[in-house]
Amino acid sequence: MTATLDGAAQSTEISLAQAVNRALRDAMTADEKVVVFGEDVGVLGGVFRVTDGLTRDFGEQRCFDTPLAEAGIMGTAIGMAMYGFRPVVEMQFDAFSYPAFEQIASHLAKMRNRTRGALPLPVVVRVPYGGGIGGVEHHSDSSEGYFAATPGLHVVTPATVSDAYTLLRAAIESDDPVIFMEPKRLYWSKDQLSTTGPAIGEAAVRRQGADATLIAYGPTVQTALEAAEAGAAEGYDLEVVDLRSIVPFDDATVTASVRKTGRAVVIHEAAGFGGTGAEIAARVSERCFHWLEAPVRRVTGFDIPYPPPKLERHHLPSVDRVLDAVASLQWEDR
Amino acid sequence: MTVIAAPDKTGSGFPLGFDTILDPSPLQYLDEHGALSGALRDDVPELDPKELLATWRAMVIGRRFDVQATTMVRQGRLAVYPSSFGQEACEIGAILALRPTDWFFPTYRDCVSMVTRGIDPVQTLTLLRGDWHCGYDSQVWRTAPQCTPLATQAPHAAGLALAAKLAGDDTVALAFCGDGGTSEGDFHEALNFAAVYQAPAIFFVQNNQYAISVPLAKQTHAAALAHKAVGYGMAGVRVDGNDVIAVRRVVAEAAERARRGQGPTLIEAVTYRMQAHTNADDATRYRDESEVEYWKVRDPLARLETYLRAAGLLGEDVVAEANQAAEDLANDMRSRLGEEPEVDHRDLFRHVYAEPTPQLLEQAAALQAELDAEADAESEAAR
Ligand SMILES: Cc1ncc(C[n+]2csc(CCOP(=O)(O)OP(=O)(O)O)c2C)c(N)n1
Repeated sequence: MTATLDGAAQSTEISLAQAVNRALRDAMTADEKVVVFGEDVGVLGGVFRVTDGLTRDFGEQRCFDTPLAEAGIMGTAIGMAMYGFRPVVEMQFDAFSYPAFEQIASHLAKMRNRTRGALPLPVVVRVPYGGGIGGVEHHSDSSEGYFAATPGLHVVTPATVSDAYTLLRAAIESDDPVIFMEPKRLYWSKDQLSTTGPAIGEAAVRRQGADATLIAYGPTVQTALEAAEAGAAEGYDLEVVDLRSIVPFDDATVTASVRKTGRAVVIHEAAGFGGTGAEIAARVSERCFHWLEAPVRRVTGFDIPYPPPKLERHHLPSVDRVLDAVASLQWEDR
Repeated sequence: MTVIAAPDKTGSGFPLGFDTILDPSPLQYLDEHGALSGALRDDVPELDPKELLATWRAMVIGRRFDVQATTMVRQGRLAVYPSSFGQEACEIGAILALRPTDWFFPTYRDCVSMVTRGIDPVQTLTLLRGDWHCGYDSQVWRTAPQCTPLATQAPHAAGLALAAKLAGDDTVALAFCGDGGTSEGDFHEALNFAAVYQAPAIFFVQNNQYAISVPLAKQTHAAALAHKAVGYGMAGVRVDGNDVIAVRRVVAEAAERARRGQGPTLIEAVTYRMQAHTNADDATRYRDESEVEYWKVRDPLARLETYLRAAGLLGEDVVAEANQAAEDLANDMRSRLGEEPEVDHRDLFRHVYAEPTPQLLEQAAALQAELDAEADAESEAAR
């Protein structure tokens, strides 16, 4: 991985949004085939300023505003990738990727397969997703499940500044399409940037524990860590696994953790029914059956359309809900 | 260069010239100085003073609403407000041209239209305040929920118009859309369906020059958005979107055409977004203040007012009454939106299905138990 950070930059903290910006810059510097486009990504620098300054520094050929049309953005990216470019496109908000879904599901995900490998599509689709920022409707969806259920797509989602950087670099270098889900409520969270990090498909154990495993990704990693902290006060020694990558799924890390602890809670914001948590719980049950002390629990958003800002706190997985789930994991000695 | 023949020269009787579709100069009654403009001077005797005054009054109130809403965002009383300041000729002219039985499909930017329709300002702002997704009764007001995903309401308008036609009603459906929205696939599919079925629909594009930061020149290569009608075989017209008389007239005629069974119309109203996209946007990043200045002198409200005064139609009593009505509305907004809204957590589960699923009932009960336990703990602590 080519990092262009100087020492001074490394010693200061940057936000997750800035880490994504840095990754885009470094990838554009490293490979002139990398192009960035989407709605408002140019002069404005994106509505979250994630692409700030890219047009200024790389020119309009490399980072440009498109007409307002997600299917057009997606389809154009596919065509450009067929001609050897590596497009990184932005869907402005989660729910506004739906007009592009035909292109994503029917073509982006399937082109390699349809052409027996002749037409790989190295496209990255950046999707700011999730709630907790008081957005009006259609601005807070967690759409990862739709993508994860579509074979042919990688689906990754960082929860830390460094992962945002390294996963995006890896995504851009990948010869397969990657849906890069950016937890927008973490955009402003700050940390030191390390430019060495995981490959796509590697989960991270964020906190060691012996009693139960909390499995989370993106925005809920923070919730899981807080719950583990609070759980310690109640006598639970909780391990936290940050998936980072939903597809491919890191069975090894998750399995090892749950076999060690014997209990698991999966946490995500999207609705529980048919959600990625259901898949994860099933996999854990299949691989860890003899090690499990209790059924795998899920703490997710309710099975409802994402609610308005005034009600979202009831919907989002909370520390208390996670701890309630932990408490329900059939502890004989408590 | 190939010249495409404009469709619909079939003598359908448009004094405003719906067959001027390929002429990119917008139709106008009043120029930016509030003087009657040459092209349409002949039509002026038809202007009804009562209607003009009612339109002006609605604009005074509409603008006051907009200013108040913008203030309430700054005070944190509204989560977000996409202002339509400067677009009142579109917001108000188009709505006043409809009958109460017609349907309206607004976007997030069209609160002023909804208030003009008669919807309670607080209900209008429910979405933007964050209480619920839609605060008014769509059936009662014949107004669809404000649409956030761009242009996705346009096919609904085509469908509703088709249904009205099949039902034998004379209802018309009017969908608003921004210039950016015209790039979406849904916009084009809507136009095509409406034209194929000759549905009584009006697609009204408020070309306010920007889609957040993207100027029109980067949105389309066409000389005019109204030209897009040509490819679908429907009437198209470009109107000065800061001239409320022209807008009202054009929409009224499109509605009459639709009622006569002459199918849909695409209207492009040329206007300008005076404020930033929303309070979260920084317009200085992508546009020059001089551009805003250019449009300031084209203000739709001032333009009509100048005309009315010159024509001796605007008495001081009328002005006083309108200003009072606007102030009353603003005061009412201030006090009612200033209260912390009561939101009911049970609403989360109420309207997902006609009958909640057993799973939803379980989830609702679990939330209730959680909140009850919280309340118990709080009162315990307070004791
Ligand atoms: C399908 C979709 N894509 C993206 C967005 C994000 N977005 C909200 S408003 C906007 C610009 C809209 O511009 P325009 O259609 O000209 O309407 P205006 O806001 O100027 O009234 C964008 C890109 C959205 N709401 N829906």
